[in-house]
Amino acid sequence: MSDTRSLDEIKSDLAERVEQIMTRYPTARSAIMPSLDLAQQEYGSVDELTYRAIAELLDVPEIWVFEVASFYSLYDRSKMGRHHIRLCTNLPCMLRGAEALMQHLQQRLEVEPGETTSDGSFTLSAVECLGACEVAPVLMAHAQYHGDLTVEKLDALLATFAAQPAEEMS
Amino acid sequence: MSEQVLLKNIDNPSAHRIETYEASGGYQGLRTVLRNFAPDEVIEEVKSANLRGRGGAGFPTGLKWSFVPKDSPLPRYLCCNADEGEPGTFKDRILMERDPHQLIEGMIIAAYAIGCRTAYLYIRGEYGLSIEHCQQAIDEAHALGYLGPNILDSEHSLEIHIHKGAGAYICGEETALLESIEGRRGQPKLKPPFPAVAGLYECPTVVNNVETLACLPHLFSRGGEWFASIGPDHSPGPKLFCISGQVKRPGVYELPMGRTLGEMLEDYGGGALTGQFKAGIPGGVSAPMFPRSEFDIKMDFASLAEAGSMLGSAGIIGLDETASIPQVARRVTEFFNHESCGKCTPCREGLTWAAKILRRIEAGRGQRGDVEQLEMLCGGIFGKSFCALGDGAAWALGAALKHFRHEFDALIIPQSKAG
Ligand SMILES: Cc1cc2nc3c(=O)[nH]c(=O)nc-3n(C[C@H](O)[C@H](O)[C@H](O)COP(=O)(O)O)c2cc1C
Ligand code: SF4
Ligand code: FES
Repeated sequence: MSDTRSLDEIKSDLAERVEQIMTRYPTARSAIMPSLDLAQQEYGSVDELTYRAIAELLDVPEIWVFEVASFYSLYDRSKMGRHHIRLCTNLPCMLRGAEALMQHLQQRLEVEPGETTSDGSFTLSAVECLGACEVAPVLMAHAQYHGDLTVEKLDALLATFAAQPAEEMS
Repeated sequence: MSEQVLLKNIDNPSAHRIETYEASGGYQGLRTVLRNFAPDEVIEEVKSANLRGRGGAGFPTGLKWSFVPKDSPLPRYLCCNADEGEPGTFKDRILMERDPHQLIEGMIIAAYAIGCRTAYLYIRGEYGLSIEHCQQAIDEAHALGYLGPNILDSEHSLEIHIHKGAGAYICGEETALLESIEGRRGQPKLKPPFPAVAGLYECPTVVNNVETLACLPHLFSRGGEWFASIGPDHSPGPKLFCISGQVKRPGVYELPMGRTLGEMLEDYGGGALTGQFKAGIPGGVSAPMFPRSEFDIKMDFASLAEAGSMLGSAGIIGLDETASIPQVARRVTEFFNHESCGKCTPCREGLTWAAKILRRIEAGRGQRGDVEQLEMLCGGIFGKSFCALGDGAAWALGAALKHFRHEFDALIIPQSKAG
């Protein structure tokens, strides 16, 4: 987590790769999204300190970084559970049982969509179409898709996740 | 089965590698272009082949390219739209994961036609494997001299950079996509000026869909005439259809345009999961649905537009007799409401209101006047929104209300006071 790193540490963690990203674009502003992505991969989520570090590395106003971080849903601005389950509930998935799967997840994890379990192990989100409706219903976790879900498959997945620390999953 | 062009190698587990691609004729289209065509002639060939954009609007690709000013001193940009967020659509993902060199070769050809030296490939952030395979394809193409300076010893030079999206459906709209590459919030911009004149970094820019660009290698290795001979005159070329929802065989299918919606759902989708179909959506959830009685509608740009819907992203969604249309309408409206960028009032406020009414109706707590209220809201959003997201939302909801009014009425509490 970036909260264990100081501003200068974050900057030196990211500097070289941010520099590299900037070469792909004619303006520094364009490097904000890839830099946020980089920081999130490094620290798991992004926060005030990350925005400042990125702003300083790119030499752009910090508000530009915050604006982007708050607009796009894939940037996690608060700490997520070790396993973030994004269950698609859009139409093709809904037509193949996503709502029942969501109910099941809510009961098993004892959280509402958008919440994290009290032990910090799981975050549950309802998301829009993941672009994999041919295997609906589908979820994304640790940057991987799991499709053709059933209650049994969900339970098996939860068991695998619970047994393994997040770092080994991705 | 008709000839598979775009999906020819889709089941080959090494189709994403350049050796496999070259062995099956890959990069021959590019060689032909660089050897035999001036940039203008590329545009003319694409025009005469009548390639129309596969991203949603069906805009003629050659015509779009011809709007790029020839005499501008500014750099020109090509941006590939791989944001694929329209519910029911997954064809671009399949192309990028399994056979990405078609897209990379297509981008090199398109960049040559418009005089572009830097191109961006905007891939939605969830598509991890697509990003990985496209980056690998770019690196492989570099190593063999298909990218970089003086491609195949020609004057044409090109770099392709991947820009990773971060979860915003609206960034599929082309001006929002360009804003996003510039490092801003993804909010649509007023047109004109069109991107062809003032797009990315205020420079002339072409935005094309993945499948549109992936058609180009085939169009040039086999000729525009061959391309134009596939399918109906006005909507030619190979085409991918995504079939999902309550069907027995969901998946991506390559077919010429012009088959009927019923054929697609029955013959390719394998029929309804339970009993019979009730309705079908032809082109992603933005495209107005058809009841089964209208399943003889032809799946091409012109026929669908004439019938008051659209081919859109060619995401066909089957709804069988177990589907509740008010529930479908509620979920789709919630999607649009959630993805509304908030820039204009009809879309932002109208959709919030419509979703609220639809939730009440679905729960069996509909008030007299609610359906009329929804119709009024559709009228207030359609044609009055800043971009096509709001229009699509109202259009899709309007069709559900029109064809399945009785299902909504049945959920209204009769003795409730008019809302
Ligand atoms: C709300 C909205 C979302 C869109 N999403 C996409 C998309 O995900 N992919 C795409 O190629 N086009 C999408 N489009 C259409 C693009 O604006 C643009 O027309 C298209 O990328 C042009 O490419 P083409 O000419 O090759 O079809 C969307 C349009 C709107 C209004
Ligand atoms: S119609 Fe909706 S998505 Fe489009 S600009 Fe208006 S608020 Fe944004
Ligand atoms: S609706 Fe769930 S992946 Fe498309």
